[in-house]
Amino acid sequence: MTAGRTMLGATPHLGAPLLDAHLVVERGAFRLDLPLTVDPGEVVALLGPNGAGKTTALRTLAGLLPLSAGHLTLAGRDLDHPGRRLWIPTERRPIGVVFQDYLLFPHLSALDNVAFGPRRHGLDRQRARLRAADWLARMGLTEHARRKPRQLSGGQAQRVALARALAVEPALLLLDEPLAALDAGTRLDTRAQLQQHLAAHAGATLLVTHDPLDALVLADRLVIIEHGQVVQEGTAATITAQPRTDYVARLVGLNLYRGHATGHSILLADEFRLTTGDPYDGEVFVAFPPSAVALHPRQPDGSPRNTWPATIAGIQRHGDNLRIQLTGPIEVAADVTPAAAAQLKLTPGQPVWAAVKAAETRAYPAGPVP
Amino acid sequence: MSHTTGEVTRPTTVAPPTRTRRTGRIPVALLLPAALGLLFLVLPLAGLLVHTPWSTLPQRLTEPGVLTALRLSVQTATLATLLCLALGVPLAWLLARVRFPGRRVVRALVTVPLVLPPVVGGVALLLVFGRRGLIGSWLDTTFGITLPFTTTGVVLAEAFVAMPFLIIAVEGALRGADTRYEEAAATLGAGRWTTFTHVTLPLVAPGIAAGAVLCWARALGEFGATITFAGNYPGRTQTMPLAVYLALETDLEAAIVLSLILLTVSVVILASLRDRWISAP
Amino acid sequence: MRATRFRATLAAFTVLAVVGLTGCGGDSTDPPAGGDGISGELTVFAAASLTESFTRIGQDFEAAHQGVKVTFSFAGSSALATQINQGAPADVFASAAPVNMTTVTDAGNGDGEPTVFVRNQLVIAVPKGNPDGVTGLSDLTKPGVKVALCAEQVPCGAAARKALDAAGVALTPVTLEQDVKGALSKVRLGEVDAALVYRTDARAAATDVDGIEFPESAGAINDYPIIVLKDAANKPAARAFVEYVLADTGRSVLTAAGFQAS
Repeated sequence: MTAGRTMLGATPHLGAPLLDAHLVVERGAFRLDLPLTVDPGEVVALLGPNGAGKTTALRTLAGLLPLSAGHLTLAGRDLDHPGRRLWIPTERRPIGVVFQDYLLFPHLSALDNVAFGPRRHGLDRQRARLRAADWLARMGLTEHARRKPRQLSGGQAQRVALARALAVEPALLLLDEPLAALDAGTRLDTRAQLQQHLAAHAGATLLVTHDPLDALVLADRLVIIEHGQVVQEGTAATITAQPRTDYVARLVGLNLYRGHATGHSILLADEFRLTTGDPYDGEVFVAFPPSAVALHPRQPDGSPRNTWPATIAGIQRHGDNLRIQLTGPIEVAADVTPAAAAQLKLTPGQPVWAAVKAAETRAYPAGPVP
Repeated sequence: MSHTTGEVTRPTTVAPPTRTRRTGRIPVALLLPAALGLLFLVLPLAGLLVHTPWSTLPQRLTEPGVLTALRLSVQTATLATLLCLALGVPLAWLLARVRFPGRRVVRALVTVPLVLPPVVGGVALLLVFGRRGLIGSWLDTTFGITLPFTTTGVVLAEAFVAMPFLIIAVEGALRGADTRYEEAAATLGAGRWTTFTHVTLPLVAPGIAAGAVLCWARALGEFGATITFAGNYPGRTQTMPLAVYLALETDLEAAIVLSLILLTVSVVILASLRDRWISAP
Repeated sequence: MRATRFRATLAAFTVLAVVGLTGCGGDSTDPPAGGDGISGELTVFAAASLTESFTRIGQDFEAAHQGVKVTFSFAGSSALATQINQGAPADVFASAAPVNMTTVTDAGNGDGEPTVFVRNQLVIAVPKGNPDGVTGLSDLTKPGVKVALCAEQVPCGAAARKALDAAGVALTPVTLEQDVKGALSKVRLGEVDAALVYRTDARAAATDVDGIEFPESAGAINDYPIIVLKDAANKPAARAFVEYVLADTGRSVLTAAGFQAS
């Protein structure tokens, strides 16, 4: 089956990005300013906290919201260019959208939901249904084709929504939190299937999510925005290795600080120093995972170079471990096993000593993204 | 789950979620006024039934004028409802979905026939569509069409009075509908008209059906605007309510029989439609 | 008996309705009683066609009898007859047709015999200036001439039928109106070219319509009977009012309005 690989619209020049956009939206005090390119076959995840402008960006791409400035070019065709007073309405854009709660038309069967797009793109009823049946088969949903959306499980509905978006063979596939509506168990399966279908999609894919795992599993490249601006961009590996904001650090599960390094010693706020294994001179980020933080009832002796008194601010479950939020000279998250926590009798408000081995910290320059 | 040989095991399918009905105690504070409300609505009906001359009923039913008036009533009410659907649904859509200056005023104007005494509505229709009316005089001189005293006039009078019921119901349904479905349709390549016919209308179909039922019922019972605008002539403009009113002048029993027929027919039609439209899947 | 209870309930609602409709304009402070011993409230149920003349007569009557307050309820005669038989609190009933009076007297609700106090006659109401040149009933059958009649169930319709039959004119109206005012308004609005209405109605609408007299109307004269009701709360005032209507005082007002003396 190769229908999914047939490309729509003008074929872009070899090597040119399929999507080339600079999305600018001004709305009151909020300003989205997002340069964005996606190559054919590439999956880019747009990550960010609530209110960062992810959904706004997706809506401009879909034509549900006009740009204030900038431009939007898809497959060599201008879709939105305020400077040239050019705007192509949603229904004439070569896009497919999987909405957060899917928005399957409740009055149509799964088959007719998927056939809706092809029918609008000029196929007759018969051929549109054949195309839809083909897509449902690819999603493993043939036996559910006649069901109405409310007779489908969450995972099935998600796949129907994906089939519906892909059935128009879009140059750009937009996914808005595609897994957010699913429970944890279904999410795992659906995510794996989604990954296969995205890999098979020849067009560009933009995935909007606030779930780092979705982004890490599904995307080739991550674009992280906060307050409408890009704060970090790159592959999962580079971002995980060197987060550049608190949000990104939390996203990838690291403690992150900014300071001034002099050799192995980094001065953080309030005269507090950390010793690190990576020597550097100048402005740096220093990061370490919560699992690198050890807690002691009193000041420890011996090897760890970094120890400081802290107070327990909160305790949460985190996987099999407990995540301890500490206040003190710096805010730190520490992971301990339940056994250790019981042994130390950890309770909120309790003073403890925190320790981090220098070898477990990573320091990297805080200058512009390399 | 054990798979015995020979037993056909159907693929596991997800059963549609069955809603568990909560049966709790009904508060008396609600039950009492509810029961009183029901009595208030049903007792006058019982009054009619008590006074029905059952012995002469078959003979009265077969009087030719009765069936003529009944047929005319059902026909005109249905045509009026179709007219209201054709004009009212787009108007409701406009009110619900398009922001334009003076929308509030338009919305208030739409409900005018609700508060206007129907007789006044009939006079107002005469002033516009009558032989000397703004549009009526033009229709008369240009096409030789006159609307008063015609069956078309009855349809117009009924539609005028009944249209607000349809518009209010449909506008409410449109406002309650999730517009993101329309956005989803657009992303699939549907223009505004296709979106309206293929997505919006099916989504608000229950609201349209409810509005059409109200509209039809109102049109069926219409009296004041009809007699004022279309007059009263058997077979042409004399609908059941007009026949009932005139029967009341001389013969109370005849009036009761006619009312009862009108009630029965409307209840039967509404009940059968309700099953088909409103409690769909 | 179920029927009785039903009627009692209906009567109660009617009373409420009538009180609600007529009680509003009442003056709470009674003027001092006159010297003739007649005083208090008087309720008169009168046919709609008597509205203008009886309102005038009521004012004159109040002036003549200090201390009397007359309240009218004007409606179709058949509706009034039904209300009276259901127990509505009226002292006097003036009907536009003997048949409705019979309804009341047959139910035993009259005090004595009704008296015909005035008569009404049909005329052909045409738009002012008589553009179609109507001179008699036969002109109404011309093609293109639209005519409104009253429905035969109401007195003006019955009278029209009698007159048309007497004239031997086969007339197909475009509408059979529920009452004479409905027929008249169709002429005033220009929707029909002619209507058969009472002379009094045509005269009351003289600014918009002309009333054409026709000989056959003599065979379809409508008698207006009046009666004091059995359950009248204020019989002295009721009797005085009926006498006042029958006397020259009342008749002059009625004939001025186009009624014929009985």
